[in-house]
Amino acid sequence: MHELSLAVALVEQAEAVLEREGAPRALALTVRIGDWSGVDPDAFAFAFPVAAEGSRLAGARLEIEREPLRVRCRACGAVTEPPDAIPCCAACGAADVEPQAGQAFDLRALEVAAC
Amino acid sequence: MCEHCGCGTATEAAGHGGHSHPHPHAHAHPHTHDATDAAPPTPGESRRIDVEQRILARNEERAAQNRAWLAERGIVALNLISAPGSGKTRLLEQTLERLRGRIPCAVLAGDVQTDRDARRLAGKGAHVHAIETGASCHLNAEQVGALLPHVCGDDTRLLFIENVGNLVCPAAFDLGESFKVALLATTEGEDKPIKYPALFSRAAVAIVNKTDLAGALDWDGAACRRFIRQVHPGVFIFELSAKTGEGLDRWLDYLEALV
Repeated sequence: MHELSLAVALVEQAEAVLEREGAPRALALTVRIGDWSGVDPDAFAFAFPVAAEGSRLAGARLEIEREPLRVRCRACGAVTEPPDAIPCCAACGAADVEPQAGQAFDLRALEVAAC
Repeated sequence: MCEHCGCGTATEAAGHGGHSHPHPHAHAHPHTHDATDAAPPTPGESRRIDVEQRILARNEERAAQNRAWLAERGIVALNLISAPGSGKTRLLEQTLERLRGRIPCAVLAGDVQTDRDARRLAGKGAHVHAIETGASCHLNAEQVGALLPHVCGDDTRLLFIENVGNLVCPAAFDLGESFKVALLATTEGEDKPIKYPALFSRAAVAIVNKTDLAGALDWDGAACRRFIRQVHPGVFIFELSAKTGEGLDRWLDYLEALV
């Protein structure tokens, strides 16, 4: 449900880009999903074709790039990628960390038929 | 990494810059191809448009407008998020009753269907407006922005936005609120915060409700506070019972200090 509404947001956004570029439809699109973004990549991949139906994105190939969670520890200063995407320092275990990456939920690029 | 030449993924992505080796580089393939109806484009027939936009950019722009609108009028807005049945409406009923005559309040009550919550909250001195989201599982900035001028009066200082009962989706949608409040009932278990870290890490305030049931549930309050702080060390925590009023004064004092 969540991923479906996000997929609808993606389709609307991508259609606006296609409109601007004068492209009738997209062949593929690349999306980046962070492990700390709250978006489940599998559920999103499942929802996308449904959201794309009847739009300029219908049938487009969805490429998902993952972005691991990376945090900087305020206690020991280490920059680590904690396992299981729980925001704790992988070096010293402290919970007081500042996320540096992993929250992305971006439309990176569209591939369209060349005119 | 390539065993022959030691080139890493970055090199692979950029191509091999002229050197050759006797093996193909396998293309890493962690993603899924759900929509493969379209024939794969062949080089020369397609072009790439670099976009690099956040997918929720439009919602975020609208949220920024809402935030500016609220700031101009000096209104503090709280986005109240919890699972269904955690006691958001009950807490608001008690809060509005106790703040009546002290702070002019307004409420936007979101639900998938019915205006039952809005009706429960009416008649307590606050402006109340329902938002029926229909199929959607969260409020978005557009829905909230459209109603702000209708629900906020000239005197309004505090706006409560009661989100749709859901611990997942609302966390991703900025509404333009001053901050998020995550509500958790003792019936849900101490470890909810680490199971749903996206919400608890983004909420400035966490409220543990239904403390009147703590005895019957063998509730471990210290463990729950530890789990909340694990995902968000700097969070304010309130433990209260909206039913009995236990712990409510601290919450109300906090709200008064905000405006």
